[in-house]
Amino acid sequence: MDEREQEALARAGKPVPVMGPGYTFGSVTDKISSIVLTRPTSNGWFVGFGIGFLLTMMMLYAIGYLFVRGIGIWGDTTPIGWGFEIVNFVWWIGIGHAGTLISAILLLLRQSWRNSINRFAEAMTLFAVACAGIFPAIHVGRPWLAYWLFPYPNTMGYWPQFRSPLMWDVFAVSTYFTVSLIFWFIGLVPDLATLRDRSDNFIAKRIYGLLALGWRGSARHWHRYETAYLLLAGLATPLVLSVHTVVSFDFAIAIVPGWHTTIFPPYFVAGAIYSGFAMVLMLAIPIRRIYGLEDFITERHLQNSAKVMLATGLIVAYGYGIEAFMGWYSGNRYDAFSLWNRLHGPYAVFYWALLICNIFVPQLLWIRRLRTSPLALFLLSGVILVGMWLERFIIVVVSLHRDFLTSSWGMYYPTRWDWMTFIGTIGMFLAAMFLFVRILPMISIFEMRTLLPEAEVKPE
Amino acid sequence: MRATRNYGLMAEFDSASNLVAAADRTREAGYQKIDAYSPFPVEGLAEAIGFHLDLVPLITLIGGIVGGASGFLMQWWINVVSYPVNIGGKPHNSWPAFIPITFEMTILFAAIAAVLGMLALNGLPMPYHPVFNVPRFAFATKDRFFLIVFASDKKYDAAATRKFLEGLNPRAISEVPS
Repeated sequence: MDEREQEALARAGKPVPVMGPGYTFGSVTDKISSIVLTRPTSNGWFVGFGIGFLLTMMMLYAIGYLFVRGIGIWGDTTPIGWGFEIVNFVWWIGIGHAGTLISAILLLLRQSWRNSINRFAEAMTLFAVACAGIFPAIHVGRPWLAYWLFPYPNTMGYWPQFRSPLMWDVFAVSTYFTVSLIFWFIGLVPDLATLRDRSDNFIAKRIYGLLALGWRGSARHWHRYETAYLLLAGLATPLVLSVHTVVSFDFAIAIVPGWHTTIFPPYFVAGAIYSGFAMVLMLAIPIRRIYGLEDFITERHLQNSAKVMLATGLIVAYGYGIEAFMGWYSGNRYDAFSLWNRLHGPYAVFYWALLICNIFVPQLLWIRRLRTSPLALFLLSGVILVGMWLERFIIVVVSLHRDFLTSSWGMYYPTRWDWMTFIGTIGMFLAAMFLFVRILPMISIFEMRTLLPEAEVKPE
Repeated sequence: MRATRNYGLMAEFDSASNLVAAADRTREAGYQKIDAYSPFPVEGLAEAIGFHLDLVPLITLIGGIVGGASGFLMQWWINVVSYPVNIGGKPHNSWPAFIPITFEMTILFAAIAAVLGMLALNGLPMPYHPVFNVPRFAFATKDRFFLIVFASDKKYDAAATRKFLEGLNPRAISEVPS
């Protein structure tokens, strides 16, 4: 069904289907659970997981060497004290935001089309936040003392500085990870019970059974479950907005030109959702193709995701515009120089690449034919992910390398250890996603059942 | 065979509508201790089996209040009582700077309270339960709908209740051994 037919349905006041026709409770269950339970593991899976696993090992090697030698092995040097580690941290945590947006905000807005993509978007959130969390932990200089960030009574008689946004970050990110984890797990419980009841494998049945917590689908349980799920969504919604806001405070509260602006919180949140949806599409497009899930992750899902990207991309463009405008309008010579330096300084090529990736190329999404083409969307999402990474690079490195005193100007060149750690986190993310689609239902089975017309209770 | 007291009688239905209708009629017939099982949340089913009081929101609210209060009081106590540091003459209790962490702690505690409260009220985790002894019950997580009348119900009588359940036109009726 293409968009014209959907619009015709919508105009006629009929519900637009979010699933292919002809499914029943049983066939939806079988189709999704068979991916985990009966489908033979393909060679492609082993290759993909293997690449991810090897890259993860490379990351662990780079981190191990970091622990031995210290962060001098990285490209960070005065005046650029924050290099790849913060760029990557912000990039990864931003990617995570789309998962929470899909699972929590779209749930509250009753966007039932989300039911087929929320599960793996939440998994994406979890793995992205896990990748993000590595960087602040290893960049502290003495990573084995990273637990000093947490307030605990200690013999040194010292407490962390609660007025610092870096401290807020610790609480925001750890809360975000915890809440994302329990949200994801609670969403999985009824499906784990399905797998427990469908699995023929002695061990798998018991593992799924343990994780399902003895779920039996009692009406009382469902009632409390739905209440708790809705409350979690209500709590996760302000949480996700707060997390990237707090991340942006790390910059905005400092006085460095290029950081010290009030537009940062909303513009960071929009950028997070922008890159997150790009990652959702980069995962969803191959997954629906490989596992034959075109009936569940339909063209409508791709279209809607593309529209969200277009909207958030325009907000991001507005953010760039305001930054440039304030550089001129503030009359502050450092702000003006910061803008000039972005356009013409030594890293200018990155800024122009950023504008192309994040603003110009995504305007292609206005074209309906590209919004419905999986290949075009996949490539565009890749461009946007690169663009959003460049944005964080510009904010972190380009702002730091030219500040108030010409005597403290410098350049930043990432080393091979920076690259190994960064690419290694991508590998870890991939490996985790591969494991996830192999051992857990990647689409929420029980929420898909509720989308079927038979799920509606008809009065007698 | 030894005559054991059953846990209850279970009727199987093939649609959500039939289950809700059956639950309504069972309640109308005077049965109090009943439960219904479905593979997804069914609207109106909880009301049909006589479940009204959902304490999860209250627990979540308490969790949020405790989290927010403890988050703020922790920062206040550390900065004012335990470890006061004079930085540029700024007040020790600089409360606006404490808000982000207070907010995050509110969310964290409320979310954990919602989940643990839901699990505790549901009596989960409980890996074993008598209803699992019914082989057909494996379909309760797929595409079948079940109604149970517990043997502990005052009106329960093995023969009479079975007869009543048969009148509801189920696909099958099973005894649930305890």
